[in-house]
Amino acid sequence: MSSSSQSSTPIKSTGLHVGEIKPGVAKKDPILVADGVRRQFGGLVAVDVAHVEIPRNAITALIGPNGAGKTTFFNLLTGFDTPNEGKWSFNGKSLAGVSAFKVARMGLIRTFQLTKALALLSVMDNMKLGSTEQPGEKLGASLFPFIWKKKDEEIEAQAIEILTRFKLDTKKDDFAASLSGGQRKLLEMARALMTKPELVMLDEPMAGVNPALTESLLEHILNLKKEGMTVLFVEHDMHMVRHIADWVIVMAEGRVVAEGAPDEVMKNPAVIDAYLGSHQDTDLGTVTGRITLPTKGKDS
Amino acid sequence: MDFLGILSSTASFILDPTTMAYALAGLGLAIHFGFAGLLNMGMAGFMALGAYGYAIGILTFGLPWYLAAFVGIGASIVFSLILGIPTLRLRGDYLAIVTIAAAEIIRLLLLTAVFTDVTGSADGLTGFNGTGGTVTNPTPGAGGFNDANPIPSGEYGFEPFLDNERTWFIRIVGMLILVGATFAVWRLVNSPWGRVIKGIREDEDAVRSLGKNVFAYKMQALVIGGVLGSLGGLLLALSTNVNSSVYVTSLTFFIWTALLLGGAATVFGPLVGSVIFWTLQAFLGLVFPALAKAGLLPFTGIQAAQIRFIIVGVILVLLVIFRPQGIFGNKKELTFVK
Amino acid sequence: MARTSEVPVIETKDLLAGYLPGVNILNGTNLYANKGELIGIIGPNGAGKSTFLKAIFGLVNVRGGTITLNGDDITGLKANKLVARGVGFVPQSNNVFPSLTIEENLQMGLYQAPKRYDERLEFVTSIFAELGKRLKQRAGSLSGGERQMVAMGRALMMEPAVLLLDEPSAGLSPVRQDEAFIRVSEINKAGVTTIMVEQNARRCLQICDRGYVLDQGKDAYTGTGRDLLNDPKVIGLYLGTLGA
Repeated sequence: MSSSSQSSTPIKSTGLHVGEIKPGVAKKDPILVADGVRRQFGGLVAVDVAHVEIPRNAITALIGPNGAGKTTFFNLLTGFDTPNEGKWSFNGKSLAGVSAFKVARMGLIRTFQLTKALALLSVMDNMKLGSTEQPGEKLGASLFPFIWKKKDEEIEAQAIEILTRFKLDTKKDDFAASLSGGQRKLLEMARALMTKPELVMLDEPMAGVNPALTESLLEHILNLKKEGMTVLFVEHDMHMVRHIADWVIVMAEGRVVAEGAPDEVMKNPAVIDAYLGSHQDTDLGTVTGRITLPTKGKDS
Repeated sequence: MDFLGILSSTASFILDPTTMAYALAGLGLAIHFGFAGLLNMGMAGFMALGAYGYAIGILTFGLPWYLAAFVGIGASIVFSLILGIPTLRLRGDYLAIVTIAAAEIIRLLLLTAVFTDVTGSADGLTGFNGTGGTVTNPTPGAGGFNDANPIPSGEYGFEPFLDNERTWFIRIVGMLILVGATFAVWRLVNSPWGRVIKGIREDEDAVRSLGKNVFAYKMQALVIGGVLGSLGGLLLALSTNVNSSVYVTSLTFFIWTALLLGGAATVFGPLVGSVIFWTLQAFLGLVFPALAKAGLLPFTGIQAAQIRFIIVGVILVLLVIFRPQGIFGNKKELTFVK
Repeated sequence: MARTSEVPVIETKDLLAGYLPGVNILNGTNLYANKGELIGIIGPNGAGKSTFLKAIFGLVNVRGGTITLNGDDITGLKANKLVARGVGFVPQSNNVFPSLTIEENLQMGLYQAPKRYDERLEFVTSIFAELGKRLKQRAGSLSGGERQMVAMGRALMMEPAVLLLDEPSAGLSPVRQDEAFIRVSEINKAGVTTIMVEQNARRCLQICDRGYVLDQGKDAYTGTGRDLLNDPKVIGLYLGTLGA
């Protein structure tokens, strides 16, 4: 397990697509395929995705301006919302009409923009909830500890192993409410791992997390890929996207408007106009005229 | 003023079947609200079903007492399903509204003259506990509960707990049910099932995203809490008669007071809360009239006795404002406390 | 770091503040802002950045220490009195009245001195030309970035002695974030003393004159924006090594 503060350059997956790169391009080994998914709220079309495929065992970033429909699309794919029309499948199995908890049990886990670490439970209880294998969660079995005690100990051991990786093991008996915002994000990710997912969908995992903690979060996401999982995440931080994403999908006004490797997408003029801005790699101090030289100089 | 008499009468309430009935219903409400976060405002309805189910089981269906008890429990399970299926997928407030209305509907159905052959309407039902001296409409041997009493005739115990064998039998049966229920609830909330329920209480979507069928869990909690409430009603039926005038909305709020007093999300809170609630009620119900008779209050004896209900209301308000976690509760765990 | 002989516009000494009884979020914060400066406050989550701004604005209980405005003690004054004295606050969210138009929102900013409306409106629309074109639009129909413009405009209407900004770039896409930071710089160049709390530490330090790094309720590092940007300790602990 790497613990250096300087993250090593991740090895990017290439050759994920089949044919010419354009929005909706097919992938060699897609884990998730969506067709004609459309969600309307009254007169507003929030999501209108003609076709998109998510490549297996790669890290895909979903970017786009606010209101582009990214979170709504997440909700539709994972059963937290129902589209007006469309079909989508996970590992070839259709997910249309499948309720949210069943989708989770199939191996598709999502996190939320506003962290849902259960603050009134302890960190360990949060982790134990993540496991899908505890027979004691059934009503009848719960009355007889001899049925579920052993499994609970196994689950606890699994949890401690994951918590140690996320450096939360010392807090395992504390209420999740006592964790800082960044630590709760880590807890949500750690908890998601307890479900042993195949596809992890992270909704703005870095939001509200200070930059130094961001690096360790990125390491954890890279580890997911190393362990064979697929990651799809929504983010606004382009440095992060460039650093770890193998593939980038751009959404705007509900539609997929661009796809491709990060460097290519970030050079796309339409994407720059609508989303990235032309100062992506520039020091704003020069743009605003506060500094005259790029390396030194200070005002008043 | 006979203070000693007041104190001894008050003390006798500690082991009273009514107190135990409240404790059971409070335990049910603890499951509903304290642990699962379900806003049930109709516990009186569950209790009515338990009580009337038992009485009707004996008088209309001719069942022996131990089978008639299951009629009440069965009725409460059906009631939970009817309430839960439409409302548990909606916001919690809807369950609250529906339960208030449903409990009242139950009460009115039990009150209406249309079903008087089965329910006794305004008079209620009596004489279903087997041979007994004071029931007004006895079918000798009906139900057979009193006949099943193994304790020989006589008075037992010591002041203020001096009673005959019938009362003691009911007390013992009541305590067995209460102990059994408390143990089962304790097991449940400290199990993985209990963990899922506590998670649902705080954030359903989070628990859903971890693969748990939230609707099923909420329904299970509703049914279990409802069964406990109906067991409370059963105890009330065993100790006296059944009458729809008992199962009014105030009863629901008395149970809430007892629960919040003891601690909403605790296992022993309902018991302690009920005991304190009832002894306080009994005490005030005797003290105020005594004070009035001694000329210290400007009310008649009967008026003074009603003051205790005002006091109960004030206590409920103060509890919610200043100590919502009750006696045993942990503020850090509660979702309704900020 | 030499101080000018002027009295700072805002100065806090050993500030202690918190929400829950017995738990202090600010554990002795010392900060000052001179006239015309753009001050940036960065730091990890839970460090107390937003709490600090709210303490200055009278929204959080101050339990110790002092806050002065141009030399006058304003510790413990309530928000409405502070507005009258010239402290302008732009919250991170719920920062406009959605059912009112942009124009009405701006009028709310001058609630205490309505006579100066026309002159101040001209100033604000000179900075936010977009707002001037859409005065009759309902604020509720605006996007997050646009609402933030309205909120800033409203705070500017009363010609504040100091402008407090709570994470102006929060939740915005990269292009809108850059616009927000450039706007803040423009406002400051027009003469408004500004203190801004930010999560996007890099951008914040690129434009501010001086910065403070808050950690566990105390000011851990301070220096010019450039010094902090290039300080290896600050980079290691707060900025991270990714990015320009």
